[in-house]
Amino acid sequence: MATVYVNNEPVTIGDSERLNCIQAAARLNEEIPHYCWHPQLSVVASCRMCLVEVGDKKPDGTIAMQPKLVPGCQTPVKDGTVIITNSPKVKDAQKATLEYLLLNHPLDCPVCDQAGECGLQDYSYGYGRGYSRLQEPKNIKPDKDYIGDQITLFTDRCIMCTRCVRFTREISGTAEMQVTSRGTHEEIDIFPGIPCNNKLAGNVVDICPVGALCSKDFLYQQRVWFLQNTKSVCPGCSTGCSITVDQNKDVVHRLKPRVNPQAQGHFMCDEGRFGWKYIHSDKRLQMPELRQKGTLASRDWDVILPAVRKALDDRVSSQPHAVAAIISPWATVEEAYLLCSYLKKMSEHVSLAIGPTRTVGEDDHYPKDVRGNADGNPKFTIRAEKAPNRAGVERVLQHFQGDVVPYADVLSAIQSGAIDTVYLVGGDPEATWNDSDLAAFKSLKLLIVQDLLASPLTQAAQIVLAGTSFAEKDGTFVNHSGLAQAVRRSIHGPDDARPDGRILWDLAERRGLFNANNLRKEIGQTIPSLAALSCGDLGEFGVSTAAQPEPVAAT
Amino acid sequence: MPIKKEDVTWVEEPTIGFWEASFLPAIVEGLKTTIGHVVNYKSVTEQYPEQKPNLPLHYRGLHRLNKDEQGRVRCVACFMCSTACPANCIDIVAQDAPPDWPDRDKFPKTFVIDELRCIYCGMCEEACPCDAIELTHIYDHTGFTRDDMRFDKIKLLEVFEQTKNDPKDPVRTHRGKLGVASDFADLPTLAPATSVAGNDRAAQAPTSGVIKK
Repeated sequence: MATVYVNNEPVTIGDSERLNCIQAAARLNEEIPHYCWHPQLSVVASCRMCLVEVGDKKPDGTIAMQPKLVPGCQTPVKDGTVIITNSPKVKDAQKATLEYLLLNHPLDCPVCDQAGECGLQDYSYGYGRGYSRLQEPKNIKPDKDYIGDQITLFTDRCIMCTRCVRFTREISGTAEMQVTSRGTHEEIDIFPGIPCNNKLAGNVVDICPVGALCSKDFLYQQRVWFLQNTKSVCPGCSTGCSITVDQNKDVVHRLKPRVNPQAQGHFMCDEGRFGWKYIHSDKRLQMPELRQKGTLASRDWDVILPAVRKALDDRVSSQPHAVAAIISPWATVEEAYLLCSYLKKMSEHVSLAIGPTRTVGEDDHYPKDVRGNADGNPKFTIRAEKAPNRAGVERVLQHFQGDVVPYADVLSAIQSGAIDTVYLVGGDPEATWNDSDLAAFKSLKLLIVQDLLASPLTQAAQIVLAGTSFAEKDGTFVNHSGLAQAVRRSIHGPDDARPDGRILWDLAERRGLFNANNLRKEIGQTIPSLAALSCGDLGEFGVSTAAQPEPVAAT
Repeated sequence: MPIKKEDVTWVEEPTIGFWEASFLPAIVEGLKTTIGHVVNYKSVTEQYPEQKPNLPLHYRGLHRLNKDEQGRVRCVACFMCSTACPANCIDIVAQDAPPDWPDRDKFPKTFVIDELRCIYCGMCEEACPCDAIELTHIYDHTGFTRDDMRFDKIKLLEVFEQTKNDPKDPVRTHRGKLGVASDFADLPTLAPATSVAGNDRAAQAPTSGVIKK
């Protein structure tokens, strides 16, 4: 065990850990300001913001400090390393560095999209000098409005930390970005005719510590201090990236990745980042519908829910083998549990099937080489399976039924007439239904569809229940590796649409209100393969439902 | 807790004399005031709306959106006013500036102030970094519906046209595109171009308790 001293406080570091001064100081909640260093990228030590005093504690107790300040990001710590982050010498260096970084910065904070979450603002406030001694006119470089389809560059705001350049070289591997010219003429740019359009391109906006790289999608939409953030999970694929949903006045404005070492790491892909637009689509179901003989009979929840209950009761009591529930892998664990327990309580013979799982191509691994082939050590993976919760829904179905009926089987049962009543929980925003499937669903005696977008399937249904998207409900997604993460409600659904969990809770006539934490505890106690959920609150990083090794007894 | 005896002061009712008991001096005193008003008559009635009041220079009335020399709206859609607004009555939608406006990145696509919700505190004017929003001396703006009182960009620019030549509503400053922050080149330097002096206010630690280390 190595002991490192940060501002005279000892901190113990494991033998296998290889930390730099910034990480060692962070263990004691001491912030060493930094711009160019990023935990996932290589070290260049170019911004000079993390200069600290570093020394060595000798075995005889004397301390020998190095005469010059050294960059904390580039200095590994070892046993006996002494780091000083708050001496006058360090503070002077921080002030001088910030003044230098701000020399040519336009200080257009009022119109800059980064204002409010800007590294320059934060550090100027915490460590800066508050004025500039530059008397000459600032060196203003023209903006480059096309770095990529989603990225624009305000060249004059850039502090040349080269995080974006290193990201495209090391994480995406596509290396579209570079530094052109030298000295004060240095600029970030793309190679002519090769825009930064790779599937991870949006991350360069997030890792830019200043307002230089901006997302065209979010540009000028909102000032960031108006946004309220909710920690959630991206429903774009089975990787299940941890994200924050940023909304204001019930309108989602952007998704941002948040760090989760258990899930995806630091980043997210552009498909997920910009794939939330269906939340505000015109095609969203606004309210439930009950159709009788092809005409609209009611749009009132208080009428429709009892009607659903009665219709299911009638069907199950007369022909339980002919009733099936199809639960899409976009549904949360809670929703699957509520529906399965409700139907299985009515009759053991109701069959539970999993809905179609959309897969697109193959798993997409990064970094890639120049020919587009991934190397052997992927740092980020976009999964082919676009459903966020297949693992979770399957475990619920396995518990209630012993096995999972595949979608193809239930479809052929419908086509053969063996099943004539279906309760379908949708949720896939890009679901497509081909004509033969639709014809099968239209031949049913009773089709109940709970979905969020209007589709040919909702047209064919006798009862349509207006559900919600991931941003409007609470629940749990279990990703490809068995990590259960909480999806949290950040906005209200449109008009009279209700969170799916609430619909199913009311349908099952459970007492009280739908509460994901309490229901998770119940699920954890009921379903052994989801026992990890019994903690209720899954926290920021989620809990793994994969089989845990037996803890080694302490000796 | 009971009141202590030494804290209690007993007051005797004053005895009334003969003249006081007759009430005559009090009647005379009252009549003096009444007759004084009849003799020295001075009207305090405001003859509104025939005569408009003479408002002080710092009066805060209806907002206006200023135009620059080229007739463009001066606002750069920075949302500082709507951030400062305690009544949340300013709603802005920003848009990219046209390419022939090199001096700014964005401008307001819509700019709506709910004049019924506004409390006329003037904080928007104070927050504006480019002197785009100002409060005028207009106080008698009315409407038939609530919607009439939601002043949009066209209306607010119209208020500017109406009031720009009024001596009471001068366009107050001409600082520049983004105010002082963008005009560092024109401002005197705040410190010598050598190392920081020991008594330099800005070189010292920020106010204690404000910044978490």
